[in-house]
Amino acid sequence: MAAARHFLTRHGRRLVVWLPLAWLVVFFALPLVEVAQTSFTEPRRGIPPFAPLWGFGEDGVFTNFNLENYGLLVEYSQDYLKPAGNSLRLAFFSTLICLVFAYPMAWWIARSRPSHRAILLVLVMLPFWTSSLLRIYALIGLLNTNGFINSMLLQLGLIAAPMRMMQTDFSIYMGMLLTYLPLMILPLYAVMIRLDDDLLDAAADLGASRVQVFRTIVLPLTFPGIIAGSLLVFIPAVGEFVIPALLGGPEQVMIGKVLWTEFFRNRDWPVASAIAMLLLAILALPIIYARYQDGRETALDRAEEAGRGGQA
Amino acid sequence: MAHLRKTSIAAAAAVLSLSTGAASAQELNVYNWSDYIAEDTIANFEAETGIKVTYDMYDSNEVLEAKMLAGSSGYDVVVPTGDFLARGREAGAYQDLNLGRLANYSQQDMQVQNFANDQIGVGNAGAVYMWGTTGVAYNVDMIEERLGADAPTDSWALILDPQYASKLEDCGVVILDAPTDVLPNVIAYMGGDGTSTDAADFEKAGEILNAVRPNLRYIHSSQSINDIANGDICAAIMWSGDAFQAAYRAEEAENGHTIEYYIPKEGTNLWFDHFAIPADAKNLDAAYKFIDYMLRPDVAAANVNYVWYASGSEGAKSDIDPEILEHPGIYPTAEAQKNLFVVPVYDARLDRAVTRVWSRFSGGS
Repeated sequence: MAAARHFLTRHGRRLVVWLPLAWLVVFFALPLVEVAQTSFTEPRRGIPPFAPLWGFGEDGVFTNFNLENYGLLVEYSQDYLKPAGNSLRLAFFSTLICLVFAYPMAWWIARSRPSHRAILLVLVMLPFWTSSLLRIYALIGLLNTNGFINSMLLQLGLIAAPMRMMQTDFSIYMGMLLTYLPLMILPLYAVMIRLDDDLLDAAADLGASRVQVFRTIVLPLTFPGIIAGSLLVFIPAVGEFVIPALLGGPEQVMIGKVLWTEFFRNRDWPVASAIAMLLLAILALPIIYARYQDGRETALDRAEEAGRGGQA
Repeated sequence: MAHLRKTSIAAAAAVLSLSTGAASAQELNVYNWSDYIAEDTIANFEAETGIKVTYDMYDSNEVLEAKMLAGSSGYDVVVPTGDFLARGREAGAYQDLNLGRLANYSQQDMQVQNFANDQIGVGNAGAVYMWGTTGVAYNVDMIEERLGADAPTDSWALILDPQYASKLEDCGVVILDAPTDVLPNVIAYMGGDGTSTDAADFEKAGEILNAVRPNLRYIHSSQSINDIANGDICAAIMWSGDAFQAAYRAEEAENGHTIEYYIPKEGTNLWFDHFAIPADAKNLDAAYKFIDYMLRPDVAAANVNYVWYASGSEGAKSDIDPEILEHPGIYPTAEAQKNLFVVPVYDARLDRAVTRVWSRFSGGS
């Protein structure tokens, strides 16, 4: 017991750092390396359906690099560009719609009585307790031509013929909103709850209009929440294909579905991996670049400040 | 005392080995198509044999195949369609069946079984569970309302000719999301050979599909069962048994929709679903018991009476509902049989060409 305590006090800090790191290496870095490797292999009929990239043969280590998978992506680029565009558009507008709905909701929760906040937050997260697939099917039941909404409106005599809501942009974005809204609300709430009321009062006392208060104080101070929420929605939304497949019509083919097709239908795991790597690059590089710029600016600011301090 | 201890250890060891032996023999992991078994079959099998079955479902051959090619799927019995079984066997994903362990294999419809074994190249890796056709299901009243007596309810034209499909757009037209069950039939509709392996034929078939694409509601393999039964869609390219399940569901719900199915006169593809054992299956004994149970005439008949596909079992016929045996959509007439064909296994190059045609069609580019 004492020994254990001794061990913990001596190594506790290292454990706290190394455990999550080890987890990341095993469940994030290694699979990523595996996908990256697969994207350079040659497809074959066998288990697994691609030839090993490297290994130990009779003449020592052999390697088997194959760049053709990326070549195929270039050759048939028109088959991949349109779905990629669809996915980016879907992700962009889903993020925007979520933001429009989430911002006032998060604000309202953050400004409500402290005793109510916990309940409201639980209500936001409640949908996560059921499978997202079930919620999508419930939505299908509501929106179908013979579904709940249409039959109710028909009964009430508000419409003469059922409206087409399924397999439209409307049903897709309803599904996206339903699934991703909590991911936007939570980071917004986190920054709004820390917003100092005195700042708002001070601005109002000094004659700022509501719009001015929003533009000069609320928006800049909640900006980190907007960025965090948008990333949380945008990134998974780009890879989303279940919602468009279930709620959308035949024209809404997403890059996720193309990946599915390469993997399952063509049995071409190398090309599927190549698409995944490209997608990762498209998504991750701008974020890494933004962080890099951010870091540089802070560093420059600091340097500048230090310089000014020296002069004074 | 020492003696007693020794005996008790021996007894404990015996109990232990017995229980582990029993545990490994009493488990079975089955992976089958969705809506493809009678409701009480698994429970009956468990009661009869004491084997505990974990029963999972899929709705496309591709999903099954990906699991098989990744290896270590954990499944002991799976049900791939002929061309997928043949290709998987070539990749080393399936083991040949030891027919001596399947007493009820002798009850199989050998004409069907041999046809599948030789023509598709399945060898002895599978025992046919059920077989069927791809055809057209339609809502009788909705079609008559829109097309009147002109409705070509004996031809692929109902779905593939924009002249008709465009008039059905408002009530919903759907195509299976299964390129190898659709494109060969489009080629047959064009007057070509459904067994073609010429990429140019598939390009042409793709053009025909693209022409009706604006009239389609969606492209999916299992959603149409419920949708056509509820009247949410009115015509669909479907697998025979799925169409009959939809018809049955509509009848049960008494919602006023009558669903019918036909084999188009231009011809269509026959497919065979086989029981097969993955190469790395762990519970071999239980797997053979399960397959043998499923091939038993009374069990095979009960399943057919529930899912409405043609049985791989000849012995089952005496217990199959006469309405099913006499239905030309399930057991095709001699006349219709002349135009039935089996889609061959495509090589990797043609696979890619077929997928490209299909992606362009389903993606609308």
